[in-house]
Amino acid sequence: MLLNIKDLHVSIDGKEIIKGLNLSINKGEIHAIMGPNGTGKSTLAAAITGREGYEITKGEILYNGKSILDWTPDQRANEGVFLSFQYPIEIPGVSMTNFMRTAMNAKREYKNLPPMQAGEFLKKMEEKKKLVDINAKMTNRSVNEGFSGGEKKKNEIFQMAMLEPELAILDETDSGLDIDALKVVANGVNQLKSEDNGFLVITHYQRLLDYIIPDFVHVMFEGRIVKSGGKGLALELEEKGYEWLKEPYAG
Amino acid sequence: MSDKKKENTALEEVTSGEYKYGFVTNIDSDQAPKGLSEDIIRYISEKKDEPDWLLEFRLKAYRHWLTMDEPSWAHISHPPINFQNIIYYSAPKQKKKLNSLDEVDPELLQTFDKLGISLEEQKHLAGVAVDAVIDSVSVKTTFQETLKKHDIIFCSFSEAVKNHPDLVKKYLGSVVPYTDNYFAALNSAVFSDGSFCYIPKGVRCPIELSTYFRINAANTGQFERTLIIADDESYVSYLEGCTAPMRDENQLHAAIVELIAHDNAEIKYSTVQNWYPGDKEGKGGIYNFVTKRGLCKGHHSKISWTQVETGSAITWKYPSCILRGDYSVGEFYSVAVTNNYQQADTGTKMLHIGKNTTSTIISKGISAGRSNNSYRGLVRVAKNAKNARNFSQCDSLLLGDKCGAHTFPYIKTGNPTAIVEHEATTSKISDDQLFYCQQRGIDMEKSIGLIVNGYAKEVLNKLPMEFAVEAQKLLAITLEGSVG
Repeated sequence: MLLNIKDLHVSIDGKEIIKGLNLSINKGEIHAIMGPNGTGKSTLAAAITGREGYEITKGEILYNGKSILDWTPDQRANEGVFLSFQYPIEIPGVSMTNFMRTAMNAKREYKNLPPMQAGEFLKKMEEKKKLVDINAKMTNRSVNEGFSGGEKKKNEIFQMAMLEPELAILDETDSGLDIDALKVVANGVNQLKSEDNGFLVITHYQRLLDYIIPDFVHVMFEGRIVKSGGKGLALELEEKGYEWLKEPYAG
Repeated sequence: MSDKKKENTALEEVTSGEYKYGFVTNIDSDQAPKGLSEDIIRYISEKKDEPDWLLEFRLKAYRHWLTMDEPSWAHISHPPINFQNIIYYSAPKQKKKLNSLDEVDPELLQTFDKLGISLEEQKHLAGVAVDAVIDSVSVKTTFQETLKKHDIIFCSFSEAVKNHPDLVKKYLGSVVPYTDNYFAALNSAVFSDGSFCYIPKGVRCPIELSTYFRINAANTGQFERTLIIADDESYVSYLEGCTAPMRDENQLHAAIVELIAHDNAEIKYSTVQNWYPGDKEGKGGIYNFVTKRGLCKGHHSKISWTQVETGSAITWKYPSCILRGDYSVGEFYSVAVTNNYQQADTGTKMLHIGKNTTSTIISKGISAGRSNNSYRGLVRVAKNAKNARNFSQCDSLLLGDKCGAHTFPYIKTGNPTAIVEHEATTSKISDDQLFYCQQRGIDMEKSIGLIVNGYAKEVLNKLPMEFAVEAQKLLAITLEGSVG
């Protein structure tokens, strides 16, 4: 099993946000997590990637069978966990090329491999840029600086393509995207999908799931997964909203 | 442990990169007795076999120094310096005059190897001419033949006094007179060596010239002088690097650099200063009290200072430009990093005197640990300096919450046609930036190095290639840490 989360409880500043969450993802699967705002979706992404300030008070996160709770964020990344940020961060003065090269080589160092040759790296970058249809000049610009909303999201998928993670978490990647950009992003994800990796797609709306077809859909509410199902569940949510879920759960 | 506490621990762990140049070389040295007096000055002058006029210059400076008080306006603090407890002259002992590198003390050559500036290698590979100053004397100047072809003079200050007395006499103290300030007066009295460079009319110096300064002996001060003259239509790029062993006591470094650019001449002066900064508790380290000034004497002349300041317990320096020639240009690009208990008060002065002069100031301060980092700059436009233009940008980056960043800009314009712009920002490395990098597999230390280098890029880009790489590594080593 690629990811196995058991009875996870997560607090921020002493306030419990995730209250006993279970989720397992196998390689080759795409899981979508949906749910109303403020229900703990992004907190889940932060907990899996090891962000500072997200305290795991109970439960376990197993990645490829190993507990990752003591791992630093960079170790998790180098073991193949990737997060496409909801709000990608700007790093002035650091070119995308330099950033990507540093990241690639950090991973290679972690795996005891020599740094990638410049030529090989550039070739790979060209290839992956095409995948998400990003501007040739974009990689010379500083990381996310002055990027439009769409460019930032494409850039996340580009980085994902470069780093070839085993577990990719997409946190609201569709938010703020027009339909064309959405298609490009979805197309990138679909091309990267394989039998060797798994995706966790966090989204508020079901429209992204028209383009990235999930194997499983989970509905998250008040820090727990309250309902799981197939692709159909997303459509059901689209139709009925989230309100109807609350009642049986509350009862 | 609370998260905040955890962050601070992480910060402290990663900001504790060890100083790797802190070794001592065991070479015999020839030293003056401790203390300062007219006798010591005569001793130095005699050791160097100097002409009378130079001894006179020193004595005048010394007498003037006696009348002065140590300046107290800088945003730094340190216990009073006991000037009688310093050795003012120390030279690696040499049996005879050196004719080639083969005759240099092998221990000394090893020292340079450790510093990564193998004279031999530099000579053959990098195309950089190096003058290395250990303690007080210039050890060797490489690459002489290439320079000779272009009639470029690049030698130790002592040699210049012997072989080019007219030039030295003409320009010595012409930009920084010994009356200028306390440390300039002290330097003028006791300076022991340094570098001298003259680029003749119309010559573009084909290689980067470089001086490497190293304080080795204990209790010694280093007082070198650099004098660079670029004649009409000439160009030179000059690099300066410095390191020192780790010692518990503070050591004084009070240098003077004078640059003179004639009509249409350009001087580019780059420094990577990495003197020993003291230990984590603030013990030891170099007091770097330096006066650097360039005179844009001719029309359309240009002087450009680029500095990366990572070392020293205290840095007090303001590389400046006097823009006397019409259409002359002055530039100052600075990255100053302070960590632990380091203090830096650094900046520049741009004095617009000629017409249509332009100056640019880009200063990037980075503070971590419990350090204090100040930018102090003066832009002055004289009454007749028509159409003067200045642009200043002073940015401060804070790492952690125990350090300080300060900006002291002074602007004095005496001419209504002047346009002076000043921009300043203060920022922190954000948790978001750090997490973003870490999420891409880059560890905390490298992430900080990456972000800081990005922040300082505008300045690092101004450095010559071979220095830029070293400077980038230095920045990362010096800081290696912090959370916003």
